[in-house]
Amino acid sequence: MHHDDFQKHEGRIFTKSFFALLALVLIGVYFVGLRCVRGIGAVSNMSDGFPWGIWLTYDVATGTAIACGGYAVAILVYIRHHMHYHSLIRSCILTSMFGYGLAGLSVMVDLGRPWNVYNFFVPSQWQFNSVLFEVALCVMAYTVVLVIEFLPAILYSIETSEWRRLRQFVDGLHPVLAPDREKLLSGIEKVRSTAGWLRPKLDRILIFFIVLGIALPTMHQSALGSMLLIAATKLNPLWHTGFLPLLFLINCIYIGYSMVILESLISSFAFRRPYETKELSGLAGIIPWLTVIWLSIVLGDLAWRHQLGAAVRFDFYSCFFLVEFALVAIGSIILFRGNNRNSPRWIFVSAVLIVLGGGLYRFNVYLIGYNPGPGWQYFPSLAELMITVSIIAFEILGYQLLVKLVPVLPKLHLHGHGKPQEKVHDQNRNEIKPREAVAG
Amino acid sequence: MKRQNRRDFLKAIGSGASLLAVAPAAMASSAAASAHLNNDELGMLYDATRCVGCKACMSACKRVNNDDGNLECDKAKFDPDGIWDTPDDLTGNNRTIIKLYKEENKPWSYVKYSCMHCQNPACVSVCPVAALTKDKVTGIVDYNKDVCIGCRYCQVACPFNIPKFQWDRAMPRIVKCNLCKSTFLKEKGTTACADACPNKAILFGRRKDLLEEAGSRLQQNPGKYIQKIYGEKEVGGVNHLYLAGVPFAKLGLPVLPEKAPPEFSEKIHHTIYKGFIAPIALYTVLCLIALRNLKKHEPALKPESAEGK
Repeated sequence: MHHDDFQKHEGRIFTKSFFALLALVLIGVYFVGLRCVRGIGAVSNMSDGFPWGIWLTYDVATGTAIACGGYAVAILVYIRHHMHYHSLIRSCILTSMFGYGLAGLSVMVDLGRPWNVYNFFVPSQWQFNSVLFEVALCVMAYTVVLVIEFLPAILYSIETSEWRRLRQFVDGLHPVLAPDREKLLSGIEKVRSTAGWLRPKLDRILIFFIVLGIALPTMHQSALGSMLLIAATKLNPLWHTGFLPLLFLINCIYIGYSMVILESLISSFAFRRPYETKELSGLAGIIPWLTVIWLSIVLGDLAWRHQLGAAVRFDFYSCFFLVEFALVAIGSIILFRGNNRNSPRWIFVSAVLIVLGGGLYRFNVYLIGYNPGPGWQYFPSLAELMITVSIIAFEILGYQLLVKLVPVLPKLHLHGHGKPQEKVHDQNRNEIKPREAVAG
Repeated sequence: MKRQNRRDFLKAIGSGASLLAVAPAAMASSAAASAHLNNDELGMLYDATRCVGCKACMSACKRVNNDDGNLECDKAKFDPDGIWDTPDDLTGNNRTIIKLYKEENKPWSYVKYSCMHCQNPACVSVCPVAALTKDKVTGIVDYNKDVCIGCRYCQVACPFNIPKFQWDRAMPRIVKCNLCKSTFLKEKGTTACADACPNKAILFGRRKDLLEEAGSRLQQNPGKYIQKIYGEKEVGGVNHLYLAGVPFAKLGLPVLPEKAPPEFSEKIHHTIYKGFIAPIALYTVLCLIALRNLKKHEPALKPESAEGK
């Protein structure tokens, strides 16, 4: 990784939004506690007819697609070799890391007998017929790969940090409690030199993990579609097709690019940084090609299975199908116009439409188009929703925190094209690299 | 610009191209696939016309399997102490249930629900840790709580909605009939419900004997029965068979295709992952491309030259 491309965001950590998000997280923690004591039924509206609710549908099936930015941009940078997108990659990997890590966390909330999860690693229990087995192993492996991909940023910060906060904290302690100053300094120095020793070694083999980080999502995102192949009699024919794995794969890539656009625009807006318009309009040019392929497969498949009539019947299922289809289609049409691709506003609007449409597709497959038979109904309960909300809050919280601690965001001088930004660049360098002060 | 973009995504989804080829292939060959039935497996024949709705089978099942299945009472609202067991459906507390179907000016019919013990069970196919297994000799579909992770994929997969989950427990299990495998069958050689039935509405035996018996009943009393053995062909054949005088769909036994769901899903899944060749090939190809890119454009890694490109 090329650390010069990235910088820390300088700002206070304990902001108002920090505490608001923290409150949401704590509410979620309370409900998870309730779930552990009194069973899943106590907090959720899931039933024997709808054994998979919003936790699986949003947090896992949709959440991992939303977290596919790291995957989608990695394809672009390392396989397509468009290095000018490299400045986006670290924040993408960070959000992917959170997305996948928290999907894993909510699976642990969702599983009825999580203490038995070790059976995934017991060869005699391996079950190669099960799509879920493949999804589970790939997602676990990918989460580890994401952490490894992000590790250079953390090692770099450890190496260059002054440890000012830690030292202030120690200085503030009572003399009895405070550890020996000399020992502390040499300890810090040891940690830092270990990080400095590890980082170049990791950098050398990192490409193999990066490629693994492309292969694994290709596998498990398509497998997420295969999951519902078995529900031939329950999933509405509008969505049940042998093309589910392929549709899910393309779907996650265009959602991934759209999310990169949204994350970049939102964080630029929130952190008052200039928009990365050049990179984003490039991404916006790729999305409509993917969605057009996707939409044509959907239509062609429906026609082939003689379901086009059902798609325009305007009943419950048909309406959800049409909304999903229209959202993706309108979003793509906007992006086909070159002028729109250069306007942050239009890019934002179409990315929102495409993420909503693509996400709705996953909801349709996992929940809305799923009909276990007469008498069963599902709508998530408040507690169930709060657990999901708190997981999202935790994700945003972690992102806010890490971009302030670790160089993640693209360095500003990459975007201005003009000279005036040079100064900012130099200032930042000085802020990040005061090494001598500590060494002395 | 456009041309380049098209190349972009072609390369991006190139890895998914194998999927494109696989899906139609699996669909086309699905008609040809026929499950080889094993009629020596154990099963039951429930004759709804003989059932008097006494529910002796339900109480026998619970008495025998209470500890094995960690079952409790389904409490009614009037009964906070849990003296009465009042299930209104198959739940996490019972493996079988009798219901009464009433239609005005038509004969009424009881119906018994429990695991169908499919010849090619979807629940076994989807269980990621092999907590659900099908015995090769007896054909019994059994559940192992010590392995189960509680993902409930079996519930999603089962076309009959049979496996139930203990939603109100901190340590929940999946509950379903296992033909008294570790309890009554081991001791007495039959199932508790078949043993308890006073009117021989439930027969326990090998599938071929049950089919023969059901066939002769249909022949002897053609007016009494719907002329069909439910379960003979549904989802590739099941070992729990039904005879009834009322259309099966009305009794809550769904109209299902003759093909077992796993045939479709496993075909697609296995074609993609056969011998793990495709994933390894994908990884190797991606590695080669990425390494070549890195080498070829080593100087381009500097942001300035990348911009110039």
